[in-house]
Amino acid sequence: MRFAFLPLSPINLDHPGRYVHWGVIQISVANLVLILLMVLLFAAAILLPFPGTRRRK
Amino acid sequence: MPEPPEDTSAAQEETGGWTGWVRRRALRSFPPEQLLPDKQPIYVASWIYVFGVATIAAFIVVLASGGLLALRGPAWWHGSGVGHYVNSLHLWSVEIFMAFMVIHLWGKFFMAAWRGKRALTWITGAVSFLASIGTAFTGYLTQQNLASQWVSTQAKDGLNSVGIGAYFNVLDFGQMLMWHIVLLPLGVGILVVAHVLLVRRHGVVPPFPPKDTHDPDSAVAQGAVQA
Repeated sequence: MRFAFLPLSPINLDHPGRYVHWGVIQISVANLVLILLMVLLFAAAILLPFPGTRRRK
Repeated sequence: MPEPPEDTSAAQEETGGWTGWVRRRALRSFPPEQLLPDKQPIYVASWIYVFGVATIAAFIVVLASGGLLALRGPAWWHGSGVGHYVNSLHLWSVEIFMAFMVIHLWGKFFMAAWRGKRALTWITGAVSFLASIGTAFTGYLTQQNLASQWVSTQAKDGLNSVGIGAYFNVLDFGQMLMWHIVLLPLGVGILVVAHVLLVRRHGVVPPFPPKDTHDPDSAVAQGAVQA
């Protein structure tokens, strides 16, 4: 059952996953994107200033 | 001259049986102002310190959505719109839980967060990470669809090859369901509570001191790292 008011997925997921092969490493594009997003989030957490830090100093 | 009142605190200290012993031990290990602090050191004002509590928030959503799925059953989560929504909520809260926990792990690894007698804090965090992987794996096995059948048949050979297939049989749906909804969540929950209590007891690990300082605490910290 699908909610009629919900839009369709912006990405067509109705096909087998795509994979990246690099030597012995094989990883799906979805997992690779997720790991890259986590690395970006980690870098942002290190670099971005925390709200209120200047006031507390 | 009146005699001073008798000091009964020492006598009271020893009374109370095992409940009194537990109370005294708990208060000594976790004073209320340390258990529920309202201030943190200035170095905690960084986004990297947010991922620990974000992981716990995601864990609460995982438990709540999993409880709803347990109440309503697979016909509901596979066959109704609201069931699909709660099923997806359970999946995506787990995705966020695992992603935030790994970012928390990265942050603590590069801080060498086991410094300053915090080894047990590090160990409880690492073991809860491993237990979470097991919980997520058994979750994949109990979806009751083709994906769970595929995952279980792929996993059985690996588990049999290391000799645990007879005790942890991924083709036994009932056993995997019990691991997923009882044993592993209980284990992860106990480990997370212990982890948070240890953080409260020992405090948040401070950053490394600047290299040109000769702070004796830094020497202690270096010793802890080497140990």
